Amino acid sequence: MTGSASDIVPVFTVLSGGFLSTIQDSGRTGFAHLGISPAGAADSVSFRLGNLLVGNPPDAPALEMTLVGGSFQAVSRCIIALAGSDFAPSLDGVPLALWQSAEVLPGQMLALGATRTGARCYLCVAGGISVPSVLNSASTHVLTKLGGFNGRGLKSGDVLSSRRFDPILSYSGRMVSQEILERLFTPGPLRATDGPQLTDFSEDVRSTFFSSDFVVKEDSNRMGLRLAGPVILRSRAEEIITEGVSTGAIQIPPDGQPILLFVEHPTTGGYPKIASIISADLHRVGQLRPRDLVRFEHVTHERALAALSDREALLQPQRCLQSAW
Amino acid sequence: MIGGFDVLLHPPNFVNVPHDYIMSSQTISYPRFQRASDHSFLVTFGDQISREHHNAIARLVARLGAEPNPATLNLHPAYASLLISFNPLVTHPSEFEEYVRAMVHQLQFAKLPPARTIDVPVCYEPEFAPDLEFVSRHTGLSRAEVVRRHGSPEYLVYFVGFAPGFAYLGDLPPELSVPRHPTPRLTVAAGSVALGGQQTGIYSVSSPGGWRVIGRTPLRLFDPEKNDPTFFRLGDLVRFTQIPSIEYKVLAERAT
Repeated sequence: MTGSASDIVPVFTVLSGGFLSTIQDSGRTGFAHLGISPAGAADSVSFRLGNLLVGNPPDAPALEMTLVGGSFQAVSRCIIALAGSDFAPSLDGVPLALWQSAEVLPGQMLALGATRTGARCYLCVAGGISVPSVLNSASTHVLTKLGGFNGRGLKSGDVLSSRRFDPILSYSGRMVSQEILERLFTPGPLRATDGPQLTDFSEDVRSTFFSSDFVVKEDSNRMGLRLAGPVILRSRAEEIITEGVSTGAIQIPPDGQPILLFVEHPTTGGYPKIASIISADLHRVGQLRPRDLVRFEHVTHERALAALSDREALLQPQRCLQSAW
Repeated sequence: MIGGFDVLLHPPNFVNVPHDYIMSSQTISYPRFQRASDHSFLVTFGDQISREHHNAIARLVARLGAEPNPATLNLHPAYASLLISFNPLVTHPSEFEEYVRAMVHQLQFAKLPPARTIDVPVCYEPEFAPDLEFVSRHTGLSRAEVVRRHGSPEYLVYFVGFAPGFAYLGDLPPELSVPRHPTPRLTVAAGSVALGGQQTGIYSVSSPGGWRVIGRTPLRLFDPEKNDPTFFRLGDLVRFTQIPSIEYKVLAERAT
């Protein structure tokens, strides 16, 4: 964030950081040729909606909490919104609504607990959360300890700061339409286009892949989600030469158990890719928890692009936001 | 759910393509254009690790840099291919494909940056070389001979990938090819010089890893505070020079 030092004000003291709470924005693009993957919000849709609720630009840095949220004491007046999964939030012990902007006064206690729905909840603050920009981004790359809050998750004693917010743009009582949320977070299969090595897999194996349930394994993280299910084997024995991989690619290692490459994926890899999750569904991957079941639906590139355009239309502020009063 | 992700965390599949490698079922004409996902194109120049393909990729990267498309997000160069990710809401995928194809047809116009030759000091003494003994036994060469042969070629940085600043170097003298650790180490120190299959590389950041570590450089290979955050870039030529541990310590102090 730009602006003079006096524009930056402390907003929250961290009492507990939760399981893994990191600063994220829309990601660090333009450095893959140096081995640096984008990182950024795992559920980009909740992140964007949270920012819209508090009157921020859609890519303002926010706090991404994972599975168990933190607790925070306000040190100055601010407008906040929680977006994403339900981590049982409360303000001074009173339940606080998700998907709604709210005013927080100095001394008030914002507390979140364990998730009751998906994997991630975003705390967006009017003015954005202020951290030094590293390679043009505020995003934390957890596995390489890059960016965000000293490259790590929040700890007790940390202080979150923000730019002074504009009271014209930022106010409490804005909410996201329930109907839009239901359309953005449908529980259906994750749609996927052909992976670059799809034809290395027989028709039978492809049909198994696109019709079976897979379980998200415990050792999944922002780098990738490991899946357990029917064994998916290639027809060819030759290994492929290491090549570039994109976010959402589903690679098949020799044990036949898929790995879905996510926002902190290595920039290159040597395993064949059977499919690629479409851009319009990637945000839903960010809400998958260990032991969740996933299924994949094969779609064309035309459908992928149409789905993305539909999603963008739903995310227009005049379409998705409404007044809570 | 953090950590324990060893398959992804050690540089995977620095694949040895056998010399008798033959495409099994289909004939593919190169360059090949594929939609790797709804937001990326994969341009492949061949199915071998070769300096010729490397040159084509370096040229394509240069062309894409000289005539940037506003939709381009990231370039992922590799041995014989370049993955280009883009925002399909900025430029329609078919239009973006036309742009990429046009750039591929203009490789001869690419202006390549002058090749840099970089001397990389490496200390091969036991405190930095936990696997040198293994490599010596596996290859039947003395430790000193492994070090001499490892230091003799001029290596090419085929590309930087996998992790920040990690340089994929080739070509390793074939007699130094060794299998990886069956179980990757939990931590390999930044700067570790290691062998994996027919490749050699340097761990740019401290990470888990399965390669055989035979030395360490005191150079800092990744510094996000710098304008050029990585020490190596695609196309660099690299020579290893052996240094004693006392010099390692002096240089390491200077690098921090």
